[in-house]
Amino acid sequence: MFTPSYVAQQFVNALNMGSIYALVAIGLTVVYGILRLINFAHGDMMTVGAYVALAVLTSLTLPAWAALLIPIFVVAAIGVIIERFAYRPLRGAPEVAMLITSLAVSSLIENGALMTLTAQPRPVRLPAELVQRVDVLGVNIAVMDAVIVVLALALMVGLSLFVRYTSIGIAMRACSENVRVTQLMGVDVNRVIATAFAISAGLAAVAGVLWSGKFGLVDPFMGFLPGLKAFVAAVIGGIGNIAGAMLGGYLLGFAEVFFVAFMPSEISGYRDAFVFALLLVVLLLRPTGLLGAHEASRA
Amino acid sequence: MLTIQDLHVYYGRIHALKGISLEVQAGEIVALIGSNGAGKTTTLAALSGLLRPRSGAVYFEGKNITHLPVHQIVRLGVVHCPEGRQVFARLSVAENLQLAGAHRSERTAYMRDLQRIYDLFPVLAQRRSQYAGTLSGGEQQMLAIGRALMSRPRLLLLDEPSLGLAPMVVENIFKVVEALRQDGMTILLVEQNAYRALQLADRAYVLETGYVKIHGPARELTNNPAIKTAYLGG
Repeated sequence: MFTPSYVAQQFVNALNMGSIYALVAIGLTVVYGILRLINFAHGDMMTVGAYVALAVLTSLTLPAWAALLIPIFVVAAIGVIIERFAYRPLRGAPEVAMLITSLAVSSLIENGALMTLTAQPRPVRLPAELVQRVDVLGVNIAVMDAVIVVLALALMVGLSLFVRYTSIGIAMRACSENVRVTQLMGVDVNRVIATAFAISAGLAAVAGVLWSGKFGLVDPFMGFLPGLKAFVAAVIGGIGNIAGAMLGGYLLGFAEVFFVAFMPSEISGYRDAFVFALLLVVLLLRPTGLLGAHEASRA
Repeated sequence: MLTIQDLHVYYGRIHALKGISLEVQAGEIVALIGSNGAGKTTTLAALSGLLRPRSGAVYFEGKNITHLPVHQIVRLGVVHCPEGRQVFARLSVAENLQLAGAHRSERTAYMRDLQRIYDLFPVLAQRRSQYAGTLSGGEQQMLAIGRALMSRPRLLLLDEPSLGLAPMVVENIFKVVEALRQDGMTILLVEQNAYRALQLADRAYVLETGYVKIHGPARELTNNPAIKTAYLGG
């Protein structure tokens, strides 16, 4: 029953899921690295991105790439606005205050979407060129599957270069070590933090668009579970570490898809339980995650 | 150049600075000395905007900077080199320097300053691509000073540059401070080694539990019997 083409198809699925989890996890980890905030509203940025893409696809006569670009900019702007009005006033307050606020932001977005857009899931009709199937190395895949992986990898490479080589990328890394001292370098840390939120929300928007494209549906709570899974991915990789978020995302994607694909049907329903059990095991063996820095080494 | 008027700073309910007033003239080295908890580091933090005073004012070249954001104070030329080095361990030496100069727009002066720092501290040039966290304590202090210089200070706030360093390294650091003075830089120096600070400085303020106890030319303070007993080991 596990024919080579079945295995190959599952491999492609795992790459898809891993790519999406990685994009979401990076956004969580970038914000956590600087503010020590676990942003519970992060998954909802996926939802908003997916709805914006849906609106672009259905009501505007624009090419398909506009349904990707417009959500990125809209959601990045929303991320910056949320930071400005919900989180910035709490800078310097105990970390838990910001965390609770992010729960409130999440609840506002989800219920706002519920009230205005109803709980009814909406179908996403992908443009024909994304639905058609092609043979890649003997494996038959949808163009959309390839788009997900290539786009996610391109964004990750782009982000890595940005963080490594630009002034604001260096400032982001400095802030994740020490925000106070970064200010003493003449760096406007509010700008750095706003940039981090824009990147974080923009990547979540991409993830949301890809997710809704892959599964063909959008609903007000669609970001909740992937947001939670991405948090698991970020923690497994070592939260605060961008490479760790990528690694954690792909590990989780593969673990989850292979668990469902190769376990007997009585067990495979426990997919989400398996994911969280995986988190527990990793944390028992490596409390700071696979690539996590040791906080204690900070003088 | 710098005037502080009646500065009061609180940590929660603890009254840390109880009305500090002091002045620094252009080209001077002014030392702040006093025992632990006297308020030296707190004074510098209030100057650079890291701490907000409850009352009082800070003027830099006639401009009230008391309530400016930290990065704007830096960009005016008041640069704080903090206690305990505080280099970014997971950035390279070059990135630490680049970060501190990132707000500057003039390319040639920037490159000249970078070269000057590598001339002052050749070891930093050798280790420019190494993580700052892998440097020795003395090298980290050199990087901390170099980093402050990259921000183009007109007034350098130097906090405990000799703290925890081997005597030979301390000599080296003080030589650099001396060289900066030759270049005409204005420095407000906090130093637990009161003897060395008074040798180097033009004037000094002695702080005690949040007050200025006494101030005057460094030479006079060195010969003041009360200062000798309390801070210079008899």
